[in-house]
Amino acid sequence: MKVFIVGAGISGSLIARELSKYDIEVHIVEKAPDIGWGVTKANSAIVHGGYDDPPGSVRAMFAAYGNKLYDELSKELDFSFKRVGSLVVAFKEEDMEYLKELKKQGRENKVEDLEILEKTELKKKEPNLSDKVIAALWCPTAGITEPWDVAMAAIENAVENGAMLHLGESVKDIVVKDGKVSKIITDKAEYKVDVIINAAGLFADEIAKMVKVANFEIFPRKGEYILLDKKLKGLVNSVVFPTPTKKSKGILVVPTVDGGILLGPNAVDLPKEKKYDLSTTRDGLDEVYVKSKKLVPKIDISYTIKTFAGLRPETKEKDFIIGPTKVWGFVNVAGIRSPGLTAAPAIAKYVVEKIFPEDLKINLQRKKHFNPYRKKIPNIKEVGLEEWEKLVKKDPRFGRTVCFCNNVSEGEIVEAIRRGARTLDGVKFRTRASFGRCQGGFCSLKIMEIISRELNIPIEEIKLNYEKSWIMDGKVRV
Amino acid sequence: MRREKVDVLIVGGGAAGLAAAISATKEGVKTVLLERDRSTGGVLNQCIHNGFGLHVYKEELTGPEFMERMWDELKEDVIRPNYTVLEIKPKTREVVTLSEEGLVIFEVKALVMATGARERPLSSLQIPGSRVAGVYTAGVAQKMVNIYNRLPGRKVLIVGSGDIGLIMARRLKIEGMDVVGVVEIMPEPGGLIRNVVQCLEDFEIPLWLSHTVVEIHGDQRLNAVTIAKVDKNKKPIPGTERKIKVDTLVTSVGLIPQNELIEGFVEMDPINKGPIIDEFMRTSIKWIFAAGNNVAIHDLVDFVYEEGKIAGYYAALISKNEKLPDSDKRFLRGQNVGVLLPQRFSQKKSFKIYLRPLKSFKKSILKFDDKVIRKFNWRIRPSEMIDLVVKDFNNFGPNVTVEVNEID
Ligand SMILES: Cc1cc2nc3c(=O)[nH]c(=O)nc-3n(C[C@H](O)[C@H](O)[C@H](O)COP(=O)(O)OP(=O)(O)OC[C@H]3O[C@@H](n4cnc5c(N)ncnc54)[C@H](O)[C@@H]3O)c2cc1C
Ligand SMILES: Cc1cc2nc3c(=O)[nH]c(=O)nc-3n(C[C@H](O)[C@H](O)[C@H](O)COP(=O)(O)OP(=O)(O)OC[C@H]3O[C@@H](n4cnc5c(N)ncnc54)[C@H](O)[C@@H]3O)c2cc1C
Repeated sequence: MKVFIVGAGISGSLIARELSKYDIEVHIVEKAPDIGWGVTKANSAIVHGGYDDPPGSVRAMFAAYGNKLYDELSKELDFSFKRVGSLVVAFKEEDMEYLKELKKQGRENKVEDLEILEKTELKKKEPNLSDKVIAALWCPTAGITEPWDVAMAAIENAVENGAMLHLGESVKDIVVKDGKVSKIITDKAEYKVDVIINAAGLFADEIAKMVKVANFEIFPRKGEYILLDKKLKGLVNSVVFPTPTKKSKGILVVPTVDGGILLGPNAVDLPKEKKYDLSTTRDGLDEVYVKSKKLVPKIDISYTIKTFAGLRPETKEKDFIIGPTKVWGFVNVAGIRSPGLTAAPAIAKYVVEKIFPEDLKINLQRKKHFNPYRKKIPNIKEVGLEEWEKLVKKDPRFGRTVCFCNNVSEGEIVEAIRRGARTLDGVKFRTRASFGRCQGGFCSLKIMEIISRELNIPIEEIKLNYEKSWIMDGKVRV
Repeated sequence: MRREKVDVLIVGGGAAGLAAAISATKEGVKTVLLERDRSTGGVLNQCIHNGFGLHVYKEELTGPEFMERMWDELKEDVIRPNYTVLEIKPKTREVVTLSEEGLVIFEVKALVMATGARERPLSSLQIPGSRVAGVYTAGVAQKMVNIYNRLPGRKVLIVGSGDIGLIMARRLKIEGMDVVGVVEIMPEPGGLIRNVVQCLEDFEIPLWLSHTVVEIHGDQRLNAVTIAKVDKNKKPIPGTERKIKVDTLVTSVGLIPQNELIEGFVEMDPINKGPIIDEFMRTSIKWIFAAGNNVAIHDLVDFVYEEGKIAGYYAALISKNEKLPDSDKRFLRGQNVGVLLPQRFSQKKSFKIYLRPLKSFKKSILKFDDKVIRKFNWRIRPSEMIDLVVKDFNNFGPNVTVEVNEID
């Protein structure tokens, strides 16, 4: 039994990890040079409560359950996850009706503990909220995480349990024989397959076209963000949403797990061919600023660290497309728009525990020696000083700081490389080195020096992220 | 965790920290200088151009030469590289640090903050466009060329005409890059006139004043930028956009003093962006001193050196339990005064003040409470820090307003 998963985003990664609990051959093919660099890299990082998806939708079915799975998952895979709670705020009486409706909807989706807070109570929780806010729907179970980290953790654990990861390899075609998938063809090789899971994010429609089952199209909807410095920690303690519109949940103010404040996203539909367009726009950034300031007037844009954009994989149906197709062995996990991060753990379980036995009639055998645990790369801020000292005594490289803004040591960078980082972004997303307020001013060249030394490659061959993102041109003098 | 008692602990081993170490050790007190990087010198390490030390050593030195002079002056071995300060505890005077030998907690009698500045990254400016490789701060480009012996690309536009941007324009040109120009959002260059002439005019590099970058283009690696003219409010003027093909953007858009370790408990100046200090370089906490670019951004290393010496000396006195007079007088910013230090003083001694005017003036006067202190018959500008020694304060009250006014 050979299963190929296309895409190492949050969806594919968690499916891979779930499948690695069983006695089968699991492969993950990812065209990017690293894990989680698609949609999973740039989003709001919220594990939603699950109250705002229309009851009866596929989204609703997975989001609330996915949320519940995060506690155990974060313990097993050792990634940051905080249940900070979320607020949907009302400015006008009409909004109040909406909050009540949301609360009711939440109950239908089996989201408990929803509560409407009056102004005084609200101000105690979030003193920096606009005075114009009159009430809010409080959902204590909403949380925040680092999406790419969840994906990396899941893959590391899957690989530990025998899965095979093919990075920098792009699926180009799929061969169907007698109504079944038989071969997967990439830009590097051909493999015999029994099952293909299409978790290709923005490109899932193109993968589906390869087996001629594409009855959906994916178009990108851009969301732009502004990230503010950790100095503003505490500006908001929970996720703050406005009353949403039909198109999106609106522009939010979100604390990040490492103490920053994220503003955004807006929502702009792009034509199909713009699936690579991650540029920010003047209008978009202005909109994010103006609208987030309405929620939290104290927002000070001079604390900006960086701005970026993400693309949502949207379909006309506005819903996840999860399930088998008329080509046997080809399973879609497509159209995974928001709240895909939230839903992913539940989707993974559904694919493995439901689609495999019931639709594909494959009885998977549990592995005898599955190890559910993965340890994250330690950081001094999270480990505590005494523990850290023990680490330094074992390996002095943990005592040598490379990234001054986020206190990342040389030991951590070497470990990130050992775990597969090959680029500056690879190190950055595994360790947070150069994620801080100076954005790599002090450390990026040192990180390159370490990569060059550890991998024994010339420093000018190191990339920022993708193949063509070269950093140095060559020697000044020989 | 190891504990260690020291008299004067210096945080940061750039010009300010090294100078503080020189004067503190001369006073015979136990001094330790912690540097988080692998060696001391700070920005001097990467500045291989000359223009350092005219005041202090009466010679034009390069950055590394200036640094070596300081090392020579430092008789005792007090430097500890690869030491990161994690926390300063103001109540117990403990400084928690990390090094290759583990955690060390210093119990200090006095402390000198000499942590310098960091560069403002372009990403903080919210310029729309692609997020691509090929955009570097001047400091990164400078390290790449001067320390790593690598070029950042082939064709470059420089953003910001401060001294650093100007110097990098020249350096990259000399090293063979096509430097298409320097854009500056202000109507005047940000750096010393000397540098505009020596770095741009002599190399025929164009300077576009009142211009900024409005968009970044590229797929993975930078391939072009759009620049535009700006109006009086620094807003881009529609219709003036111009797309320029470059594979590299080098930005020099400001330095930010680094005070994260103390800003929670030390009084800060929102304009200097550093701690409020007095003529002894003492902060609002009696045993904490500060000097150099973390107090305010300085143009010349000589100023930084002088401040470091003062801070180290008085920190040593404090550590020997000597008393310093209270600094109960203050300077207030009047018209046209930006960066100003010190902000407090005790009136006992003559001392130097530094200031930057907010605008540029052809001829002007500097006044303390309506009394003319200095006449400038030459152009003064925000980019050039003014230093002057003040001798006599007897005729002033506790609050002295400093202002600059234009004259004919
Ligand atoms: C602006 C924005 C905000 C969001 N906010 C939230 C939120 O707060 N909470 C939440 O729950 N969800 C949120 N989401 C949704 C969430 O980010 C996505 O649902 C989720 O990341 C989708 O993951 P994925 O694994 O399906 O796709 P991806 O992460 O895109 O993974 C697919 C992978 O497939 C690879 N691939 C594509 N084609 C090929 C090929 N031919 N060969 C090999 N590999 C290929 C891609 O490189 C990619 O890495 C947000 C999304 C956006 C854009
Ligand atoms: C590109 C450039 C060109 C210049 N050209 C000239 C010139 O031609 N002539 C001239 O006179 N001046 C010039 N200057 C100005 C002058 O060099 C600087 O103002 C001066 O060197 C700054 O010294 P400093 O000690 O304040 O800061 P820095 O040199 O920044 O030193 C601060 C040190 O503190 C360390 N540090 C910071 N935080 C910590 C911590 N928490 N723990 C331990 N250590 C820490 C840093 O690693 C650094 O080594 C130039 C400056 C630059 C940036």
